[in-house]
Amino acid sequence: MRQIAGSIQGFMKYKNLLYELVIRDIKVRYRRSVLGVLWTILNPILMMIVMTIVFSTLFRFEIEHFPIYFFCGNIIFSFMVTATSDALQSILGGASLIKKVYIPKYIFPVSKVLSSGVNLFFSYIAMLLVMIATGVEFHLTMLLTPIVVFYVMLFSIGLGLILAAMMVFFRDIAHLYGVFTMAWMYLTPIFYPVSLLAEKSHWFLTLNPMYHYISYMRDITLYQTIPSLAENLTCLGISLFFLIIGLIFFYKRQDKFILYI
Amino acid sequence: MAQPIIEVQDVSIMFNKSSEKVDSIKEYFVRLVKHQLMFEEFWALKNISLTIEKGDAVGIVGLNGSGKSTLLKIIAGVMKPTKGTIKVHGSVAPMIELGAGFDMDLSARENIYLNGAVLGYSRTEMDKKAESILDFAELWDFVDVPLKNYSSGMVARLGFSIATAHIPDILIVDEVLGVGDYKFQEKCEKRINEIVATGATVLFVSHSIQQVEKLCKHALWLEKGKQVMYGDILDVCAAYMNQ
Repeated sequence: MRQIAGSIQGFMKYKNLLYELVIRDIKVRYRRSVLGVLWTILNPILMMIVMTIVFSTLFRFEIEHFPIYFFCGNIIFSFMVTATSDALQSILGGASLIKKVYIPKYIFPVSKVLSSGVNLFFSYIAMLLVMIATGVEFHLTMLLTPIVVFYVMLFSIGLGLILAAMMVFFRDIAHLYGVFTMAWMYLTPIFYPVSLLAEKSHWFLTLNPMYHYISYMRDITLYQTIPSLAENLTCLGISLFFLIIGLIFFYKRQDKFILYI
Repeated sequence: MAQPIIEVQDVSIMFNKSSEKVDSIKEYFVRLVKHQLMFEEFWALKNISLTIEKGDAVGIVGLNGSGKSTLLKIIAGVMKPTKGTIKVHGSVAPMIELGAGFDMDLSARENIYLNGAVLGYSRTEMDKKAESILDFAELWDFVDVPLKNYSSGMVARLGFSIATAHIPDILIVDEVLGVGDYKFQEKCEKRINEIVATGATVLFVSHSIQQVEKLCKHALWLEKGKQVMYGDILDVCAAYMNQ
């Protein structure tokens, strides 16, 4: 109990540092590059155009509003991938600090996940632009977007903590994770209809955390539905599960980091 | 008056000295199959015990590799001892390397806030100090220049100014006074003396015995991780030089 109180006290002391690190990441990423911001908006749009051409003319999936269907899946999934890949490198990246000053180490992966949120924000704007261009109506249910973003962030922090801790001991995790996320992307209904997987192996789909977040996003953006309490609890449950596992995994190993970085 | 601020009790720390570090899964399995997973113990510190009282200035002397920096890192909370306990009462300003945590792409002003946050200070607290920091570092002409365009001396000056902007309970100085020109070195020594005068505790590591004698009241002599002597500054320094 005292340990938890101590952790919370520590967090309050270092929340400024978290804020400064997030600002630093954003500044360094977008400094002196107007095009930098433009690219983060353009990139998902260009991706969407390629995907739309490939999947609605070549493969002929019958999906209504395919560009937005793809967008909902892609921005959530890309956010998770960027956030966790950045978190993966974060402890090694912060080595110069960790070796010299005491700071809570979880701050590094957490700050990376939070600063990736900025990219998500720009991608979301890109999606709004495409919605206007393709004549998809805006719905009030879209106001629930911050909730799903919150779920995905918690999930990414949990996964990011595990990856960052593993990376300290095994440097080739970075390569493996790249392959892993690619497989994960193909196994998630981002650019093909959910029914394709749902018919054959429904259990597999429900085990994929990203499927739940992406469905949530599509419900509120495309289908005007407010996700049920059960769906909310499922998403929150998955996020908290990963967050807690991540924290335990990280805390058990963090004292050894200094010997390996 | 005699109030202990740092209590080090029977502290030992062990590293793995094996010649090649295994840091990939592939390596790990290759070596596991070949039975080459070596683990060679190396005790960087062994059974160190000392109590430092509030307001004391303690110098740590010893040859290279005697464990001076490791001890400072344990006191600063960067490392945890393998055995033994350590208690530190109060805030620590570590100067183990000047400018640790600077981001070279950011300007001096932005780094002041970043580094301040590393030491646990908020933006508003750093707002008050920003001017005196830049005054002390004499870097007004370069405030908005990214740090990558600074000389190493300028970076060190900025680092020292930020680390000593707030008066800490414990100041840890690890061979950082060798940087900068003689004028700035004098300024740093003066500043450390000011901090000592406020009643702060100072831990000081330097290869310059004169500097240690000038700043400290007590000294600890380490050799290959073992505690050789701890006591009055003049006694320890004399014994150290006569070994």
